[in-house]
Amino acid sequence: MKIVQIEKNVWAAGLKKLSETYRLFGPVKEDDFHNFKRLQQGQLPDLNCLNTRLSPKSIIYPQTEVMFEYSLDENQEDHHILKEINKDYSPQAVIGIRPCDAKAFALVRLNFDTAEYQDPYWLKAYEATTLVGLACESPCSSCFCTTAGCGPYHEEGLDLLLIDNGDQYWAKIITDKGDAFIAAAGWNDPLDAKATAQKIEAKRQAAEDKVCSKVNTDNLRGIETNDLYNAPFWEDVSFSCINCGTCTYVCPTCWCFDIQDENRGNRGCRMRNWDSCMYPLFTLHGSGHNPRDTKLHRVRQRFMHKLKYYVDKYDAGIQCVGCGRCVRLCPVNIDIRRVCELMNQYAASADACEVR
Amino acid sequence: MQNPYMPYPVRIDNITVETEDKNLKTFRFVFLDPQDEEKFGYRSGQFAELSVTGKGEIPIGIASSPTEKGFVMFTVNKVGLVSSFLHAMKEGDIMGVRGPLGNWYPWERMQGKNVVIIGGGFAFTTLRSSIVYMLDPANRSKFGDIHVIYGARTPGMLLYRDELIDWEKRDDISMHITVDGTDDPNWKYNTGFVPTITEQKAPPGGEDTYAVVCGPPIMIKFTQPVLDKLGYSHDRIIMSLENRMKCGIGMCGRCNIGKEFVCKDGPVFTLEEINKTPREY
Repeated sequence: MKIVQIEKNVWAAGLKKLSETYRLFGPVKEDDFHNFKRLQQGQLPDLNCLNTRLSPKSIIYPQTEVMFEYSLDENQEDHHILKEINKDYSPQAVIGIRPCDAKAFALVRLNFDTAEYQDPYWLKAYEATTLVGLACESPCSSCFCTTAGCGPYHEEGLDLLLIDNGDQYWAKIITDKGDAFIAAAGWNDPLDAKATAQKIEAKRQAAEDKVCSKVNTDNLRGIETNDLYNAPFWEDVSFSCINCGTCTYVCPTCWCFDIQDENRGNRGCRMRNWDSCMYPLFTLHGSGHNPRDTKLHRVRQRFMHKLKYYVDKYDAGIQCVGCGRCVRLCPVNIDIRRVCELMNQYAASADACEVR
Repeated sequence: MQNPYMPYPVRIDNITVETEDKNLKTFRFVFLDPQDEEKFGYRSGQFAELSVTGKGEIPIGIASSPTEKGFVMFTVNKVGLVSSFLHAMKEGDIMGVRGPLGNWYPWERMQGKNVVIIGGGFAFTTLRSSIVYMLDPANRSKFGDIHVIYGARTPGMLLYRDELIDWEKRDDISMHITVDGTDDPNWKYNTGFVPTITEQKAPPGGEDTYAVVCGPPIMIKFTQPVLDKLGYSHDRIIMSLENRMKCGIGMCGRCNIGKEFVCKDGPVFTLEEINKTPREY
């Protein structure tokens, strides 16, 4: 393990140097909130933000992305045949990503990188990206990462973890990508790994203790899918939902998409766009039949996917990292922590009622 | 990295109007690059995304059989944007086929067994593929008795009529064609709904008999109790499902029934498997 010290007074110079090899992204203040943006020359990421309004998923998985181009002009050779397009997969780095958002990429990867098929757009962008995390010292009241398989110092998915230590950052190198990033910046002030690791451990413990919001997920796997699906609480959970899709839009682990052709004159492109299970069109058959035709169906799908189907399919925990964005931004206060509790307890109560 | 979203370029080689309402047409495609035909190796029961450049893609079951070489064939019902546009296309036009996608009927498990094919309406496409596959001289001996119960609203709504009549004449397949009703005095086959004809004609279930069922929801709903009555266990009732799809490779998130994606984990499931899901199809 390697830990490097970065004095904050050389931070800007290091980033300048990095911008020669990497496209840099970081949290930037926009109106009253922060979002991840491409950093302009000389622009510094604002590492004082609590967390960004939107997750950084669009850096690897753009909200809209061209997949192929084509010509509809029959005078052209190769008309109506789709063509791959060139994309910029040069190295990029996301600076100040929170551990929860980095772990989200690891969860989403299970969808886009399978034994049978690999999504080339997502994977090439992911491989081109170095995730430079910033450990959380002061979580939001809606954060529940520690019980969602993550935490304020969680390293899974990160290449490098920065820890704020007053006048310096400690940079814990996690992968080769992280190592290359540090080298490219010219930061080579190694710390005694063992002693610093102990200090980091103490800070981690203190940070984790501050996360007081929790979910219980231990029963989710055991309960039958159809029992949970038919549980009576979905009526209540979905009652206030307006199917606005904010939850899926801000979620770092929501990956659903649509594919559309868009033409302009005789040329066009096939593109993919984020989609949402909250929308009726998502599942509407050509015949007019819709297997998820009520908002109850759609709300249930979202929570069942994250907290049951994903759990069963991949055996990698829940499809949620506890970032709390959907909790903060839902206009009608639907709270995944409460739904998770209902689901998890339903398992427990079902067991208790079993008649022998 | 192979791009799983890239269709193979194909030319429309032949278009046949299948039904009297002209809403179903069969499209035969030839691959522009003959090597793509090799790469497109498929099994009966799989589907593909038909890519109409400039309009989009639709998931359609493969109606040709792997034993038929030189082309792939799909029968398309005219319902939405892409299928309507496709219906207006002509022979010689260029488009794409992406696949093969999904799983197939359990051919290995059905070896040496009796197979009862039950189909209704236009959901007979992958069943046609299956029949042609099983009747191929190289394959027929691998299966026991083959029964086919196939129904449509009227004689004019039956798909692949010429082939149905050819199969009627054979002695290595028992055909039970039916229509809901007809005023054609020359109709010499069955009249009645598929579940009724199934009850009358299908062999009893058992260890050695599989039912492959494909049809509209109403047909499936009323056929299942009949199969139960005939003694078919749910792991020997094979069904092919449909859902709205985009990617066809288990990534875009819309076609799931519980944790299973119809596009990738299906579209073929046993009834036993389907019973464990929320059946959102």
